[in-house]
Amino acid sequence: MFENFVGSLPGAVYLGLLYALMALGVYITFRILDFPDLTVDGSFTTGAATAAVMISHGASPWLASLTAILAGMLAGACTGLLHTKGKINGLLSGILMMIALYSINLRILGMPNVSIMGENTVLSVFPPIPFMIVVVLLFKFALDAFMKTDLGLSLRATGDNKRMIRSFGANTDNTTILGISLSNGLVALSGALIAQQSSFADATSGIGMIVIGLASVIIGEALFGAKTVFRATLAVVLGSIVYRIVISLALQIKGFETSDLKLITAVIVIIALVFPTVRSALKQRGAAKKRSAELLKSLETTPGGER
Amino acid sequence: MLHVSNVSKLFNSGTIDEKIALIGIELQLNPGDFVTVIGSNGAGKSTLMNMISGVMKPDTGDIVIGDRSVTALPEHRRSRWIGRVFQDPMAGTAPRMTIEENLAMAYLRGKRRGFSFGVSSARRKIFQAELSRLGIGLENRLNAKVGLLSGGERQALSLLMATFTRPQILLLDEHTAALDPSRAELITSLTDEIVRDMNLTTLMVTHNMEQAIRLGNRLVMMDKGRIILDIGEADKQHLTVERLMTEFERISGKKMADDRTLLG
Repeated sequence: MFENFVGSLPGAVYLGLLYALMALGVYITFRILDFPDLTVDGSFTTGAATAAVMISHGASPWLASLTAILAGMLAGACTGLLHTKGKINGLLSGILMMIALYSINLRILGMPNVSIMGENTVLSVFPPIPFMIVVVLLFKFALDAFMKTDLGLSLRATGDNKRMIRSFGANTDNTTILGISLSNGLVALSGALIAQQSSFADATSGIGMIVIGLASVIIGEALFGAKTVFRATLAVVLGSIVYRIVISLALQIKGFETSDLKLITAVIVIIALVFPTVRSALKQRGAAKKRSAELLKSLETTPGGER
Repeated sequence: MLHVSNVSKLFNSGTIDEKIALIGIELQLNPGDFVTVIGSNGAGKSTLMNMISGVMKPDTGDIVIGDRSVTALPEHRRSRWIGRVFQDPMAGTAPRMTIEENLAMAYLRGKRRGFSFGVSSARRKIFQAELSRLGIGLENRLNAKVGLLSGGERQALSLLMATFTRPQILLLDEHTAALDPSRAELITSLTDEIVRDMNLTTLMVTHNMEQAIRLGNRLVMMDKGRIILDIGEADKQHLTVERLMTEFERISGKKMADDRTLLG
């Protein structure tokens, strides 16, 4: 079993890197904008479909990947518009876009799935793992830098204290739309890369993607900390890799099958979300108990009436 | 500098719960005026602030800043001319961002926000100099997350962020009410100092009569959506809490029953 694990490690790291871009996208909405964006399930497939169809029609894989980003950004902008201008609840606007994108993705694909077996991809030019490390770091550093610009600061403040940044003249509708758009651009790029890695795009490939993204963000932050944007984005990337390693380990346990993957993911996210709450509650109760005991003791040792 | 003319606002209009928040408000602030606003709960003080800052739109009337009517402009467009400090010390700053990042956002009040870095070394120097005016050591903690500061420190930072770009109008909405007495005193004296130094045209809502009398050159009293008393510079100098209360009872024909108004 252990040998199996070592053998599967490079594959897990590779997948982790491919999905890390999606996780960075989820980080932007979930953590920075404080907006749980379910568009991700649709826009991931949009990216995969756009890239696969373009590549299968002979377009350059680079151009195809770039177009996938733009398609994802457009989808994200729609969600942002629904939420800010249409005043639709955040979760609901994401769900609506996700459903709408399902049909749109089928339109893009023209059939339930498109194969690009044997075509040139962006992953076939350089050794894939080093190439993906460079790509992911590039996007990570670009994101870090952007979050320090005036525009990036107002985007972060939109998720942190909307009322405050509005009182300084930023249009929070615009920053929200921008953030969701950027996020889905990254998600779609991740989808495009996964399509090129697996040589096909499928209309259902994005299902559950948001949960995987959340798992990566939460695992990463728990293990590696999120004190600054720099740390947090690094943690998210590493979280995505750790998640893939955990999954590949879980799949080697007898009795688990590939079809259990989404259940395992959901359980990981639930544990990661519940654990900190339970821990701090227990800690607090323990501390209160101890303090009460101390106070009681000091009362006992101090004779009554003599203070 | 600020002219509020004939502004009215109804809540739940046409229903059984209809409430007159403001009715026919006329208020003119000259450049450099520091006006304190008092009145019992529900007098319309906060609604007036929200009208001026653009959080709500008036049902009738016009609001003019400088010589432009801003009545139709949304909140984020008006904020170019209006600095605000809220009652809640948590409201004026972004807790997960650092002190210098918060200042960088305030620095660009009403300007386009582009792709230059928010905290440059030139700006950092400005921020440090401004922070040292507060005299509470924040200038040495530029990289601290604002969420780690105490309520008083956060409110001092909010006050600085609202004022250091010299807005044409400063709105203070009970900005010391949520602080303990010593912190409230610090913020009150800082307010006085900053407004005086920068000669800011200021409108301050307060529940604290003593504070309302001590600060500013004019005092306005509101009741049931109207301005019932407007005391100018000369009369304000001889004002006491007792005289203010008798005045209120004389005009409104009722006792000032609100404990918070008395004790602040």
